[in-house]
Amino acid sequence: MPVKTIAGVEVKVSEDGYLEDMTQWNEAIAKEIATEIGIELTPKHFEVINYLREKTIAKEALTIRSVGKSGIVDVKGLYVLFPKGPLKFSSKIAGIPKPTSCI
Amino acid sequence: MEKKEKKPLEKVCLICAKGSLEDVYASLVMANGAVMEGIETNVFFTFFGLDGITKKAMNHLHTATTGNPAMRMPGGLPFPTMLGGLPGVESAVSSMMRKQMDELGMPPVDEFLEMITAGGGTIYACKLAVDMFKLTKEDLSDEVTDIITIGEFYELCDGDRTQIIFT
Repeated sequence: MPVKTIAGVEVKVSEDGYLEDMTQWNEAIAKEIATEIGIELTPKHFEVINYLREKTIAKEALTIRSVGKSGIVDVKGLYVLFPKGPLKFSSKIAGIPKPTSCI
Repeated sequence: MEKKEKKPLEKVCLICAKGSLEDVYASLVMANGAVMEGIETNVFFTFFGLDGITKKAMNHLHTATTGNPAMRMPGGLPFPTMLGGLPGVESAVSSMMRKQMDELGMPPVDEFLEMITAGGGTIYACKLAVDMFKLTKEDLSDEVTDIITIGEFYELCDGDRTQIIFT
């Protein structure tokens, strides 16, 4: 399993760069992963990220549809926050596993 | 060691030509999946596939209960073709299927189309089929960008990392 230093912390990541252990995550790590993707994080981004982390801890399946119904942001807004990867990039930045959903 | 350069897909163009529940959803799932991956996506609805973008029909699509060898009773027993032909059976089975899809978090067709266009995907209707079924733009979902010819559709399919998928 590859180990990567992100924001000065050694973290275990998958081959695609997703954190293997979501408890190693912090906001500095999120910012650095986001910069790598080309996204500058705003408070709205963090609202989505925190929602994704909560749902992951609750073991709920994540879809762009469920995020769109969360009341934080609609599907269109989600694409604006995370262009070309509404679930893929947001999950990566949130330090949770790569999404397995098809929707 | 020789390293192979990856050439990710840049564009997918889907053609949905059939109007059963499973055919339309196959197109929608693939289209939405492509948009979510950041792939440019065009979907072209033609012939009976037009039901998937026609306001009146799109949220009431049916699955065939006759001539469908994969159809099973709840519990897995084969579904007798004779039964499938009885009035109301196809309707009931189809609404059961839509309910099960809903439980899995699959959106109804109108919402699915909105999700695709929200991410920048585009939906087109085939001019020839629209004329044949005597439909107008008003009969179609608001998510439909335009009614176009097959020639115009092919123009949208340019680029060397483009795939056309026919369902």
